[in-house]
Amino acid sequence: MELTRRQTLTIGSGTFAFAALAGLPAFASLTDDAVAAMTNGAELIDGGIDITAPEIAENGNTVPIAVSAPGAVEIALFASGNPTPAVATFKFGPLSGSRSGSTRIRLAKTQDVVAIAKMEDGTFRQASATVKVTIGGCGG
Amino acid sequence: MASGVKPRVKVPKKATAGDVITIKTLISHKMESGQRKDGDGNLVPRSIINRFTADFNGQNVIDVLIEPAVSTNPFFEFEAVVPEAGEFQFTWYDDDGTVYETGKKIAIG
Repeated sequence: MELTRRQTLTIGSGTFAFAALAGLPAFASLTDDAVAAMTNGAELIDGGIDITAPEIAENGNTVPIAVSAPGAVEIALFASGNPTPAVATFKFGPLSGSRSGSTRIRLAKTQDVVAIAKMEDGTFRQASATVKVTIGGCGG
Repeated sequence: MASGVKPRVKVPKKATAGDVITIKTLISHKMESGQRKDGDGNLVPRSIINRFTADFNGQNVIDVLIEPAVSTNPFFEFEAVVPEAGEFQFTWYDDDGTVYETGKKIAIG
């Protein structure tokens, strides 16, 4: 998707205003961009999606994360403090038993993990969880 | 490089028709993120599994797009509906083009 400077600014400020309204901390701009690419700038609704993550992860190399959103067709996970925020996208097929999944991810530092669910009616839900990371998991 | 890649899957042997079952999958893979540097300061090239799919009798259960932020030995747990007896087919797609497959049969009873 090609974005002009003006459009990028509009999307950015819109997301920021929403984040401020919802009383959430502003996410890193890379995450904003990744989320906007998925939602096409649609409004994000809080609730209707659960994210389960440990409060403190001693080892950032394997942090267990579980997400579930009844009625979702797709759930994407983003790690706002990683060099590249995208983590994984779960797409559910016709035989999916529940719209949930869990995996283990890498987190570079203490940060928010954001889950965005695309629902059957085309709306987007979001949830986030803060994970404190003792030892980062991106090497270097 | 993809040596010693071994998929492991846990599926119940039996289920009642229409049941929702939990499936756990794990594949041994180093998932080199492309962010790490070797001893000489050169970036180690990315080498990960970028997609995982699970199907039952040809119908999709879950399709996961995987980025470098997923840990070594990627593990996935999810739920599936079992409408009839049949076989689950699990497929992992490596960056180097290799496809790893494994199947698990499930009976109704």
